[in-house]
Amino acid sequence: MTADAVTSPRMSYREALREGLRDALRSDPRVFLMGEDVGLYGGCYAVTKSLLAEFGEERIRDTPLSESAFVGAGIGAALGGLRPIVEIMTVNFSLLALDQIVNSAATLCHMSGGQCPVPLVIRMATGAGRQLAAQHSHSLEGWYAHIPGLRIVAPATLDDARGMLGAALRCPDPVLIFEHIGLLNMEGNLTTGAVPVDIDRAAIRRAGRDITLLTYGGSLYKCLEAATQLAADGIEVEVVDLRTLRPLDDALIVDSVRRTHRVLIVDEGWRSGGISAELGMRIVEQAFFELDAPIARVCTAEVPIPYPKHLEDAALPSVPRIVAAARALVSREP
Amino acid sequence: MTASSPGVTLDREHALTLLRQMLRIRQFEDRCAQLYTELKIRGFLHLYNGEEAIAVGVLGSLEPQDAVVATYREHGHALMRGVPMNALMAEMFGKHTGSSGGRGGSMHVFDVARRFYGGNAIVGGGLPIATGLALAEKLAKHTGIAACFFGEGAVAEGEFHESLNLAALWRLPVLFICENNLYAMGTALSRSESVTDVRAKAAAYGMPALAVDGMDVVAVQAAAQSAVASIRGGNGPQFLECRTYRLRAHSMFDAQLYRDKAEVEAWRARGPLITFTTRCKAAGLISEADFLQLQKEADAEVDAAVAFAESSEWESVDELERWVYAERPA
Repeated sequence: MTADAVTSPRMSYREALREGLRDALRSDPRVFLMGEDVGLYGGCYAVTKSLLAEFGEERIRDTPLSESAFVGAGIGAALGGLRPIVEIMTVNFSLLALDQIVNSAATLCHMSGGQCPVPLVIRMATGAGRQLAAQHSHSLEGWYAHIPGLRIVAPATLDDARGMLGAALRCPDPVLIFEHIGLLNMEGNLTTGAVPVDIDRAAIRRAGRDITLLTYGGSLYKCLEAATQLAADGIEVEVVDLRTLRPLDDALIVDSVRRTHRVLIVDEGWRSGGISAELGMRIVEQAFFELDAPIARVCTAEVPIPYPKHLEDAALPSVPRIVAAARALVSREP
Repeated sequence: MTASSPGVTLDREHALTLLRQMLRIRQFEDRCAQLYTELKIRGFLHLYNGEEAIAVGVLGSLEPQDAVVATYREHGHALMRGVPMNALMAEMFGKHTGSSGGRGGSMHVFDVARRFYGGNAIVGGGLPIATGLALAEKLAKHTGIAACFFGEGAVAEGEFHESLNLAALWRLPVLFICENNLYAMGTALSRSESVTDVRAKAAAYGMPALAVDGMDVVAVQAAAQSAVASIRGGNGPQFLECRTYRLRAHSMFDAQLYRDKAEVEAWRARGPLITFTTRCKAAGLISEADFLQLQKEADAEVDAAVAFAESSEWESVDELERWVYAERPA
């Protein structure tokens, strides 16, 4: 831990997101925020609390419940020279703006021969774990990662929660930021004085030589906990935080696989057609002969997320499931 | 000049300009239809035949700083906005010299230097984008407005209602132009809307909304000029319904089983070119020789555009993945 980190204030992931918004609004007059209840209410998950008082109604804009219109307006404002940040309450609601995200934001640059880049940032809450049931709990970021023209990022640490927004705003492409609701109350110390974060690369959050866990977002901490438990048995786990789902950092992923020869993918998304399938196939394409065991996955059960806690817990990746899957892989003979 | 264009006095120069602009679009598109049968133009091709008065009347009322969003039936709008005919024809061919580098074709003409933002082929999809372009003008305290064209089919889409509400709520400088040609592809307005008065729907959002004869270029221009002046003056969005008719098929694949030939012929007699020419001749503003001269000039420009497109290069396949993401300055 650096000296800076010690002196930096303790804060939550939610507050780190807010600091990122503050940084952006302070540093560039072209930046503004719009979305449902981002102003007077302070944000559905209280991320934008107090920003209205600090930056005013021109730049902190409450919108009607019109996802398609305000996401499309973000595209238009970006084309018009501004740097909009659009907040969508949850990934489930983003489906109401899918036309604008997929048919316009993702296509305009290529379709216009490079004339119309869309420097738009869309933030949204993702993930389960708060008993919000089947229309507020899904993890569709891997699904968005299917779309050429979009950049998909998932901050899992406080530094990324604060810094990825600035990196996204400096990027000329549409960037979708997925903020896991299970992390909002997580507390820690921001690394101050650090260089700005990137939105192109994965990061190794724990180094190990026996098995690689590939994960991102809310599942990162489950993987780190699993790694701690496995270390007690002498199994050294490497935990890779993907950070960006599009583009995927193939180089770091493959490098880790070449060192550990075993891979477990942990994804809160569904297994079928998900980002875990893409990750597994990329490893097969690029490092098949490095593998000492079949690639394994721990994903969310293929059900709409149910409301009662015991069923929700059973549906999601859990530390015991991750530990068991990792153990099974490590115990296989090459 | 006539009862349908009250208060407007045309002079010869103005009449010639309007006729030249409409003829230019008509001759360009007639050649496109021919090129389609020759397989030079592929994909979907949606012609504007019968609706030219709207693009001419509205776009002639805009300034260079204004932003324009159009639909997949946008050749007329592109020409009126100043997209060079050579670049437009090359785009129809898919050649690299096209206005979108050949990437978009007939439905996706872009020319950012002229603030022409497509060419959107999702019905209703352009309205939110135009609303955002207007928001950018307002927040940046610029003087431009956004003009957004769409058909009456878009009125059934949620994006129409969401966008009009947002634009009115935030008093954004945007002109919504509904080109009501009565058919959403093959579905008549009366078969798709419980209330067929499009203008009334827009008025319900609290913005000035006017319906004009979209076949009368002078009436369209007068209405557009008035709306644009008010919007530029900071008075919020306006809506202009231009009542018109598509005289050719929806696209080149359309057998037109959904409408009577007699109906088409009745509207053909009301076509914007024939009526305007007849009226100008009757008023002594232009002669048959003028008309033929303008037609000849337009044909010559079209000939040159076709030659340009024919002789242009295809984009290299090596460039296929270029521009999926913007290129960052080094």
